[in-house]
Amino acid sequence: MIRKALLLSATSALLTLFTAGGHADDRVVNVYNWSDYIDSSIIDDFTKKTGIKVVYDTFDSNEILETKLLAGGSGYDVVVPSANFLARQIQAGVFQKLDKSKLPNISNMWDVVSERTAKYDPSNEYSVNYMWGTVGLGYNMKKVQAALGTDKIDSWDVFFNPESLAKLKDCGVYVLDSPADIIPAALKYLGLDPNSTSPDDIAKAQEALLKVRPYIRKFHSSEYINALANGDICLAVGWSGDVFQARNRAEEAKQGVEIGYSVPKEGAQMWFDQMAIPADAPHAAEAHEFINYMMTPEVIAKSSNYVLYANGNKASQQFVDKALLEDTAVYPDEETTKKLYTVQPYDPKTQRIITRTWTKIVTGQ
Amino acid sequence: MTDIAAAVSPSAETTALPSRLAQGFISRLVIIIPYLWLLFFFLVPFIIVFKISLSQTAISMPPYTPVLDFADGISGFLAGFRELNFDNYTWLTQDALYFNAYVTSVIIAGISTVLTLIVGYPIAYGMARAPASVRPTLLMLVILPFWTSFLIRVYAWIGILKPEGLLNQVLLATGIISQPLIILNTYTAIFIGIVYSYLPFMVLPLYSSLEKMDYSLIEAAKDLGCPPTSAFWKITFPLSLPGVIAGCLLVFIPAVGEFVIPDLLGGSQTLMIGKTLWNEFFANRDWPVSSAVAVILLLLLIVPIMFFQRAQARAQEQDK
Repeated sequence: MIRKALLLSATSALLTLFTAGGHADDRVVNVYNWSDYIDSSIIDDFTKKTGIKVVYDTFDSNEILETKLLAGGSGYDVVVPSANFLARQIQAGVFQKLDKSKLPNISNMWDVVSERTAKYDPSNEYSVNYMWGTVGLGYNMKKVQAALGTDKIDSWDVFFNPESLAKLKDCGVYVLDSPADIIPAALKYLGLDPNSTSPDDIAKAQEALLKVRPYIRKFHSSEYINALANGDICLAVGWSGDVFQARNRAEEAKQGVEIGYSVPKEGAQMWFDQMAIPADAPHAAEAHEFINYMMTPEVIAKSSNYVLYANGNKASQQFVDKALLEDTAVYPDEETTKKLYTVQPYDPKTQRIITRTWTKIVTGQ
Repeated sequence: MTDIAAAVSPSAETTALPSRLAQGFISRLVIIIPYLWLLFFFLVPFIIVFKISLSQTAISMPPYTPVLDFADGISGFLAGFRELNFDNYTWLTQDALYFNAYVTSVIIAGISTVLTLIVGYPIAYGMARAPASVRPTLLMLVILPFWTSFLIRVYAWIGILKPEGLLNQVLLATGIISQPLIILNTYTAIFIGIVYSYLPFMVLPLYSSLEKMDYSLIEAAKDLGCPPTSAFWKITFPLSLPGVIAGCLLVFIPAVGEFVIPDLLGGSQTLMIGKTLWNEFFANRDWPVSSAVAVILLLLLIVPIMFFQRAQARAQEQDK
């Protein structure tokens, strides 16, 4: 996560140097998105269609993006933070309101998703959805079968029950290094409100996580894709699309590794990555054109087919690969959707408790 | 550095007066540049960091309240002095986390430094004793790794140390072990990473002090019946002491604040100050507290840095 960020910040520093010197008549849009999160032909198509050059740069943690945005003068025109981060960034005055008159394709958006993102961005004034997904359990079917006697996981119990996780210790367990994803899951498993900010509840979540801590090999937010695909680990608490990418890489490698993904029956967190335009974006007009292009049904479907995440565009669903659209782990059915919950951003005081708790869990002290 | 000075000064004395004046100007300019460098790239950033460490977090851009702002003119600036508070520093003392992180960092850096010395000394010694014709090549070999990105070299160690990695495969194939060694994500891996990465910083100063040593001293010791081991401890090692001190500090100081190696090679349980600072800055968005952590880290390092400078000054006097 971090070394990649170091590389990224170095490249983006260079990037700002070069783009600053561009000619006024060259139309440019500087896009900052998650790594491995787009079919690159989409960018070429956009340039061909509009003549706008895309300077595409990537990050792999919300924290890095947020720090750049809060420092100001990032030079980016389109950024893609997750909704709970976006909510706080809106409060800090990071973004400009979208000019909906420049976004005719907004009519393609899916109300099921827009209603939920409106909790973070009231009336969706500042952002439109790019992709969304869940936080669940990715696992190596054969290794889990060998350790637990079943290759079907459907509950958080596999992870939060120390007896069961102990059996998976030797084949390897990775967990997202992201308290905002894991602590709500612990609260949900304990039957508490995943959005609880009560220190008592957070302490209970901490206790539950400390019980399974001895069986966790590593907390990391991107290494688990390769680790799962290579068969180095047998269980990962991770983001849906990442697990699917691991599954595809494993299939390509033909080493006999089969990866499964489960949305636990107790409920799982639903997250949203939102496209937004910074208030100080140097090319706001081009940014609107880019976002509008990304809401074209064929385009966003192409992206979903590539990154294996569901998008928030209803009209695109006819162009999404059938296998992906029918996969209830990607596009959950109505019953599963009911069990999905969203997480609100923490206030600074709770954030401090959460981070402190997380340090205790991760370091075991 | 002293070699260069020695090489330049005689020629300066033989040149004519006007060019000597010009040289005086140039040498003053040469001195000014490092000071300007320190001013702009050390002192100014430090003052900015220190200023942020006295502010409070806020949901805004940038995410902290302004402190000692000139926006209200000089009087506002002076009024700001009365409102200064050191809450962020008090906060650091209230949670054992920070203290533990500082202590762990110093211990890890200390152990790594000793290990680097143990590995680096024989290398430097071998280089210094090698025939003069091979020495430039050996020196080149020590510097060569710098041509590859530091990140990539640390990443390569993941491939070597992981359970299915190169090291385990070799050891398993040769039958030395029957179970793969778990090295990656442990403290051992951090030590390996730091020793590997900082080895040149240890070897180069050691080499330069060992190379200068007069070997006839050892011959004299031998003639007088001194066994090689005690000749080493009585002559070679004391004479190389400036190199030892320089090397140790060059390894210790950056290792205390090391962030990349523990993050990549260490396990999640590793609590070092670099990671703590990262957490405060990125996860908590608490720029003021992370600035306070950085200021304390700097103060913690100033003691060895000053020690280093005094040792260097002493070594230079000895040379004269």
